Amino acid sequence: MMKIKTPKKGRVKRELDKRAPKLVETGKKTLILQGTKTSGTLNCVLSEIYHLKKGGAVRFTRKNDNIRPFESGGETSLEFFSLKTDCSIFVYGSHSKKRPNNLVIGRMYDHHVYDLVEVGVENFKSIESFTYDKKIAPRVGSKPFIAFIGEGFENVDELKHLKEVLLDLLRGEVVENINLAGLDHAYVCTAISSNKVYLTHCALRLKKSGTVVPRMELVEVGPSMDLVVRRHRLPNEGLRKEAMKTAKDQPKKKVKNVSSDAIQGTIGKIYIPDQKVGEMALPNKAKGVKRERREAKNKEANEHASKKQKEESE
Amino acid sequence: MEMETETQKPFQVDMGNLLAFNPFHNFPSLPTSRDELVKECIQEGTKLVQAIADSIFNLPSTEDADGPLVKLPTPTTKLPREKHLPKPKPPTKWEEFAKKKGIKKRKKDKVVWDEQTGTWKRRFGYDRVNDDKDIPIIEAKMTDEPGVDPFAKRQDDKKKRVEKQEKNRLQNLKQAAKIGALPSHVQLAATALPITGTQAPPKKVTKDELGNVAGMAATSTASGGKFDRKLPGEKPAKKQGKHRKFLPVVEGSGIGSREKEQTENVLNKLISKHSHEILNVDKAVTMYNVKKEKKARNKRNQEGKSSSATNKLKPKKQLHKKNGKKGPGSSKKGKAK
Repeated sequence: MMKIKTPKKGRVKRELDKRAPKLVETGKKTLILQGTKTSGTLNCVLSEIYHLKKGGAVRFTRKNDNIRPFESGGETSLEFFSLKTDCSIFVYGSHSKKRPNNLVIGRMYDHHVYDLVEVGVENFKSIESFTYDKKIAPRVGSKPFIAFIGEGFENVDELKHLKEVLLDLLRGEVVENINLAGLDHAYVCTAISSNKVYLTHCALRLKKSGTVVPRMELVEVGPSMDLVVRRHRLPNEGLRKEAMKTAKDQPKKKVKNVSSDAIQGTIGKIYIPDQKVGEMALPNKAKGVKRERREAKNKEANEHASKKQKEESE
Repeated sequence: MEMETETQKPFQVDMGNLLAFNPFHNFPSLPTSRDELVKECIQEGTKLVQAIADSIFNLPSTEDADGPLVKLPTPTTKLPREKHLPKPKPPTKWEEFAKKKGIKKRKKDKVVWDEQTGTWKRRFGYDRVNDDKDIPIIEAKMTDEPGVDPFAKRQDDKKKRVEKQEKNRLQNLKQAAKIGALPSHVQLAATALPITGTQAPPKKVTKDELGNVAGMAATSTASGGKFDRKLPGEKPAKKQGKHRKFLPVVEGSGIGSREKEQTENVLNKLISKHSHEILNVDKAVTMYNVKKEKKARNKRNQEGKSSSATNKLKPKKQLHKKNGKKGPGSSKKGKAK
């Protein structure tokens, strides 16, 4: 037997609607978590990634002993967390003798692991170690510029993959309109060698250039680190095809009260609220006043009018 | 999107993602110190960011209170989706039927003029027009069955209609779930296991049962819970388990005789339970018959002593044959039987 279950509260329904598959997706949430063992560097890296992605990230601080993204069966709880938190990118930190300062960045499709990249963190410099003018500090949630430098990103498979994953992780929300005054930070990724990428976070300083376009100046604000690619797993071809599907025709939102005519052009309908004549306040006819006083008032008014008339007649 | 810069090298610029990519840069020789490397990277990065800014700041903008707003083009770099594309909802059985028959939806007013009361009333819901509940008298018809409450029947019929609709709804939702096009806020949950008899669904422990168990646990110490420290606000245990009492077996008066009484009670109960089995009906019947026969024989012996010898040998056969002649004798036999 089956039972139909629907949420009892409106808030729950709205939350479920938010999580439903959409025709046009706006942004992916990031889940940041760690394994049983981490290092100080890694803790710092994870918390700073969380700091950079604040608003679109969920941070788990407990140890997770049954997450091994690359092994079969080790992604079960990861997929469960993804379902619970509605995150589709995860950053998983672990530290071992074989793979020190290990960071696994992966993406999810329909709450199943889509692809994985494993990188080692080296030469990490935290946000605190940079000194700069706090006025130019990037604001939380603003859309960043992303720059990829180096031929490695095109020639080497791993780096090509890493580029895609980093772009997905860093780009933030997909927006239609952007405020030019709100552009204040940039990520710069440089391929140093065939398996090493230098990633840094910079603030922007806009200088006058005499034209519309200001001259850009990058100021390093941190964090910055070297990412050494270790293992990676590409999505299988079928899944990739499925995930790359896009909505061809977006449904047009019906505009209310506007119609178009071949001869008259666009016609708009305007509704004017009722004139509330009955509720209008009228002078000297207040019902709340006692009858005697009301009558006295009326009398006075009449006398006043007659006096005026008299004066006029005189 | 590609554009030329002063270095004559095209950068790949994706304005939708604010992304720029320089696929031609490579270090002729890796800088020896870290600072030099960082410096060069940032220099290159600046060029790229400038390239993005060049294209973005030249887009047509609208002034806003917070700054110029620019409409970004759609991203050119393709990235995988987060979830599958939403699937269209399959038509319900009624929708299919209506399409086949060419039935079209008509818009109906929400309120209807009620002639009985002379007011506008809702078409459905509370205080609706033509509500069955408002009719106080139902006229009897020739076809009415006697003994059926027409009001209860009407109520019952309505309940059945609602149930049927609910069943249809579930069926349609099941069809939708098969394709994966269930509305986001609806979940279909299994109420019972499809195969019955394998495992009963776990029963929820009630508050009473829990209290009983807790009470028993509290008194299951050596002292029967007497010297246990009570928690602040702890209530006395609800149900303390029964403890067995052993009575002395040695006979005597007072408590000594209690044991005998108890066992006798049990025995009596057992015997009384099976007392109807003590009377052997078959045996009783035969005994009764034999007694009766004996009586009858004695009587006959007193009536005629001469024929007694022949009678003894073959009593029944003769009796049957001489039915008519020996009236009183035969009738007596018949009665006895």
